[in-house]
Amino acid sequence: MELPNVADKWTGVVNEITLGATKDKGGSRQKTVTIGGSKSVPFMDFEGNPGRKPVIAMDVYDTSPDDWPETLTKPFSDVLNNPAQWAKKCVEQYGADLICLKLDGIHPDKGNKSAEEAVKTVKSILAAVGVPLIIWGCEDDEKDNEVMPKVSQAAKGENCLMGIVTQDNYKTLTATCLADGHAIITLSPVDINIAKQVNILVSEMDFPLNRIVMFQSTGALGYGLEYTYSIQERERLAALTGDKMMSMPVICDVGHEAWRTKEAKSNDSEVPQWGPREERGPMWEAITAIGLLQSGVDIIRMNHPKAVAAVKKCIDRLY
Amino acid sequence: MALTGLDIYKLLPKTNCKKCGRPTCLAFAMQLAQKKANLSDCPDVSEEAKKVLGAASAPPIKLVTVGTGAKKVEVGEENVLFRHEEKFYHPTGVAVTIHDDLNDADFNERLKRINSLKISRVGTEIEIDLIAIINKSNNAQKFTEAAKKVSSGSHLSIILSSASVENMKAALSACAEKRPLIHGANSGNCESMAALAKEKNCPMTVTAQTLEELADLTERAKKAGVEEIVLDVSGNNPKEVLQKLTKVRRAALKKNFRTLGFPMITFVCDDDPFHEISLASTYLVKYAGIVAVNVCEPWAIMPLLTARTNLFTDPQKPIQVEPRLYAVGDAKEDSPVLFTTNFSLTYYTVEGEVEASRIPAFILSVDTGGTSVLTAYSGDKLNDKAVAKAMADAKVETKVKHKKLIIPGLVAVMSGKLQETLGWEILVGPREASGLPSYLKTVWRA
Repeated sequence: MELPNVADKWTGVVNEITLGATKDKGGSRQKTVTIGGSKSVPFMDFEGNPGRKPVIAMDVYDTSPDDWPETLTKPFSDVLNNPAQWAKKCVEQYGADLICLKLDGIHPDKGNKSAEEAVKTVKSILAAVGVPLIIWGCEDDEKDNEVMPKVSQAAKGENCLMGIVTQDNYKTLTATCLADGHAIITLSPVDINIAKQVNILVSEMDFPLNRIVMFQSTGALGYGLEYTYSIQERERLAALTGDKMMSMPVICDVGHEAWRTKEAKSNDSEVPQWGPREERGPMWEAITAIGLLQSGVDIIRMNHPKAVAAVKKCIDRLY
Repeated sequence: MALTGLDIYKLLPKTNCKKCGRPTCLAFAMQLAQKKANLSDCPDVSEEAKKVLGAASAPPIKLVTVGTGAKKVEVGEENVLFRHEEKFYHPTGVAVTIHDDLNDADFNERLKRINSLKISRVGTEIEIDLIAIINKSNNAQKFTEAAKKVSSGSHLSIILSSASVENMKAALSACAEKRPLIHGANSGNCESMAALAKEKNCPMTVTAQTLEELADLTERAKKAGVEEIVLDVSGNNPKEVLQKLTKVRRAALKKNFRTLGFPMITFVCDDDPFHEISLASTYLVKYAGIVAVNVCEPWAIMPLLTARTNLFTDPQKPIQVEPRLYAVGDAKEDSPVLFTTNFSLTYYTVEGEVEASRIPAFILSVDTGGTSVLTAYSGDKLNDKAVAKAMADAKVETKVKHKKLIIPGLVAVMSGKLQETLGWEILVGPREASGLPSYLKTVWRA
């Protein structure tokens, strides 16, 4: 029996962005990563080019995380105090496509490290690995506005992805990224209208739309995943129907959110009925990412090597 | 294509007799078009109208029921491709397989483990729905024994999986009253399997390589008298399976293509539980009516069931937590008391941050009808009276020795009135939950 043609015709496309700059482009990266470009809903290449494969950015912190459960610190136990070695391990052993340096340590409540220290960390990571870098502030506006411009300048020409800007605090970082040639992450708290608003604000400073990546705040599996899922799905459909202010690739923060949950971090003695945490934690992180992948995601921030491996394999099989 | 209200109106008696409970025939027609009324409400409808409207008003994806009683599984009857458009109605049935060639001890052990795949998290119990008995032995007697054991030894609904009509017939004799899903019909045995399904009034699957062949098979099964059909779109190529799931859902909903207007099942099989659950979750998110997996570890099943809970919540209805006092950690009489609303996203964000602070505390969830702090405040659902009532209902004054209440920074403006109403000292907390750990560590401790 003949079937009806169910391929949707989309008029829009998700912006394609290349991150990282090799020597000939004024940087020192050994490879670049290109995201976006999708002309179909995720993985449905029978209706159009599905764009670039979603990529995994593994998190590296500038200060040893004090709230990670043992399951998560174990794979990194030898490098937690050395961000450069940590990044190297993520790339060489665990197959990270990108490194996301989270500058938690500059937060006034979490160590209050100076801009100089942050710059040093960034430089050490750039020297240690050849993949493109995401640099993520501490989300304290005042401190970020003080530190991020210096970090940006130190990485000038490397074509990093810098974050994050919000509708209340975007001018400093936007201007800096524009000057130093970095791409930028715009944050909105699970709100599609604010997402659009912050993209507009940033673009009004002459920041090119095709240098923006959107971040919707991520809800972990069991903790609001469905909100993130539906907002991202709506954003992707808006992009495909031609909304230029919604056509940015999307980044998710899966690792941090998944590992805050009881399901991922509880000790076996607390929840014997849930099974061993060595499996339980990575699985929770993996399935958070897997669920969100179907809504349209371009970069996934992750933590545990086992979860990273599972998600990469799943992407390869679906792509 | 679906009929409009006016198309339907033309087929009605147009007497405005009100017997259907609506003021006019037109009003009734409009409700029929929106699927908010049943044609049977009209006592005077003509046979011709019944025929035309019956076919047009049938849901685009057939509802299929597997099992009986409280644990029966209903799949199908979905209206949308994306959950934000409306909602997903019938949560994906999760099945775990059991092979009939296991020895007695192993079989019983596995059955016990499958039966206990109940997971209690954030106050609700979730569990799997089905056991898929696989006729691995290819032996009728073994298959029948397995069906007997599962039928008497499990509360879950049953899938019988065998391509042998003989074996299926034998196993059905042991559990037909449980209304199992018959899995095994293909182009070679479709009519014989369908005859069994019809005789025992059971739902059945059809299996084929391509969607075109599947459509042919549903026609054949329907001709043989079977109404409740499930499309088996399992396969070794995950990309192809995912695309089939989408194509079938679109064909049914957007093209009203009746021959594929049925729920779908996917069997996922991978030696690595991570890969198996990754694919099962993927299929669950994108349109599988039933997913069957081999792994039966709670750490693997729990995320799959949680993904289902998330995806099938009603996006138009704010999710609420029970409005009461929650103790986080080992909260004692000198621990801080905070309040927030009973919107679950808000509540769990606050709970997560309080937990992260490692300072035991009480969180009072105030009933705001499941809205967030600012929305509730603007709608006057979060005011001094609502907080006072929540404090009284939860008997907060008997739980702690102090009289200090931490309020969300976003509603700092409530402080004065709240202090007056409660007679408690009001401490204004951070505007964002993420500020709680440092707030508790510094301001509260100080």
